[in-house]
Amino acid sequence: MMDAAFSHAVVWLSLMQNDQQPDVIHTQIYWLLGVVLGLLVIAYVTGRLMKRYPDHSLNPAMIEQFNHRIRVWWLMGAIFVAGFLMGRATTIILFGCISFWALREFITMTPTRRGDHRTLFWVFFFFTPLQYALISFSRDTYAQWFGDSSRDFYGVYSIVIPVYALLFIPMRIAFSDDPKRFLERSAKIQSGLFICVYCLSYAPALLNLSLRTSAGEPWGDLDSHLPNAGLLFYFILIVQLGDVLQYLWSRLAGRRVIAPKINASRTWEGLLGGVTSTTVVGALLWWATPFQFWQAACMSMVVATMGFGGSMVMSAIKRDRGVADYGTLVQGHHGVLDRIDSLCFAAPVFYHLTRYFFSQVY
Amino acid sequence: MAVTVSLLAGLAKLLSGSTVRWIDCQPDTCQRIYFANHTSHLDALVLWASLPRELQPLTRPVAAKDYWDRGPIRRHLAKSFNVMLIDRTKVKVHQSPVEMMIREMSDRYSLIVFPEGGRSSGEEVGEFKSGLYYLGKKRPDLELVPVYMENLNRVLPRGEVLPVPLLSCISIGAPIWLEAGESKSDFLLRARDAVCRLREL
Repeated sequence: MMDAAFSHAVVWLSLMQNDQQPDVIHTQIYWLLGVVLGLLVIAYVTGRLMKRYPDHSLNPAMIEQFNHRIRVWWLMGAIFVAGFLMGRATTIILFGCISFWALREFITMTPTRRGDHRTLFWVFFFFTPLQYALISFSRDTYAQWFGDSSRDFYGVYSIVIPVYALLFIPMRIAFSDDPKRFLERSAKIQSGLFICVYCLSYAPALLNLSLRTSAGEPWGDLDSHLPNAGLLFYFILIVQLGDVLQYLWSRLAGRRVIAPKINASRTWEGLLGGVTSTTVVGALLWWATPFQFWQAACMSMVVATMGFGGSMVMSAIKRDRGVADYGTLVQGHHGVLDRIDSLCFAAPVFYHLTRYFFSQVY
Repeated sequence: MAVTVSLLAGLAKLLSGSTVRWIDCQPDTCQRIYFANHTSHLDALVLWASLPRELQPLTRPVAAKDYWDRGPIRRHLAKSFNVMLIDRTKVKVHQSPVEMMIREMSDRYSLIVFPEGGRSSGEEVGEFKSGLYYLGKKRPDLELVPVYMENLNRVLPRGEVLPVPLLSCISIGAPIWLEAGESKSDFLLRARDAVCRLREL
């Protein structure tokens, strides 16, 4: 299945690679990367030590969960390094593969009927690659094709799924002559495509922006190997931090559970504490972004809140289906969707705020 | 031929995202009959590809000759996977499908059979045909291993050509044998239960 997404994406590789030279990446990114790498090493060593010298006041299942999370972060880090080394196209393809896998988990979990088969085929093999292909086209490609260097494909990729795919899905299902639970089936496929593909694709779409500071100064190294990589990295870092901090706050100070039937471990204290501390950390990292201190604080607050909301929505879907997490859905698979739910909900909001306030919109 | 096999097996595994669970049963080179529910063309291929590499040459899917002998592509596929083709149309006294299977498997091969006799269209496991009973009766030394294939009917349902890459799960359960004095219908019900029970485990 990865191959399928891959071959679709590889077609565009040649289109995009003409303007890429292995260049110096923004120095701030190196700093940020260094700090994160250091933290990851510390976390990794701590996790190993906790496993080797068990402290009986700690729950072993919790330590296992901690170590699993660290492993996932190393994997994310590896994806990032691959992206940095190999450029824009690779990064977008990797995000496309993650979307594809997440959608696979989503649809596996929600029951569909025989009549949805061909619709699903379109969703997996047409709309998903199309969305990432559109994102991968840079402004240069647009200029090459239409002779207009002032635009890119934003006008297409921002509506192709929420308008055209959402119209296409019920149409195709209706043609399959099975009226049973029609609206429910359409909605399931629509939300799967929307959350797993459309929303997540806004994360790599950050690479397309021409960033400006709020004073109108161009920001970042536009000629670099992977422009805006720092901002993408900052965004993912904040989302992950938000996840961890709300978890810690919930464990340490959590009393009032928000919605016990949906998720028994998410509390108001976790939400408030998590969002506040993420805001502080995000603001302190303002130097790696085009934002000023207070702007970085606002961005981080929005991102952390949206991420929390996204995890709640995914919990609700899981409870409705009666599964604990997407990883146990089919044994042996670690749930991708469990790890990216907050990313999916935060990405479009972060993208649009950045686009309207911190980039030159053509 | 080896290329066809590894290519198709790899593709089928990738498309069906299959995980294999061995429940109270371990891979072994002893002679076995794997019997499974049948919902998709991919069933035999995915089950075969899920077995450990050293068991694959020893395990042969059983299929209907009238279907797989039509056209060069089907014939090539059947030959590549060393499929045991059984003629459903010409059943004679010493030429019954069970006799042929026993003769062909000799003391070497294991078989993959689908006792429902054809692909069912939904989640429900259909009635089992009696072949499994006669196999167990004539060769009491064979391990009869139940297999439940989950979600493959959604990956490639009956009558569709293009697959949808969902995740699937293959559960291989503890072997059963024909009990002394067990009637045909009792045994077939028990075998069907053994397959269905894997769904809950």
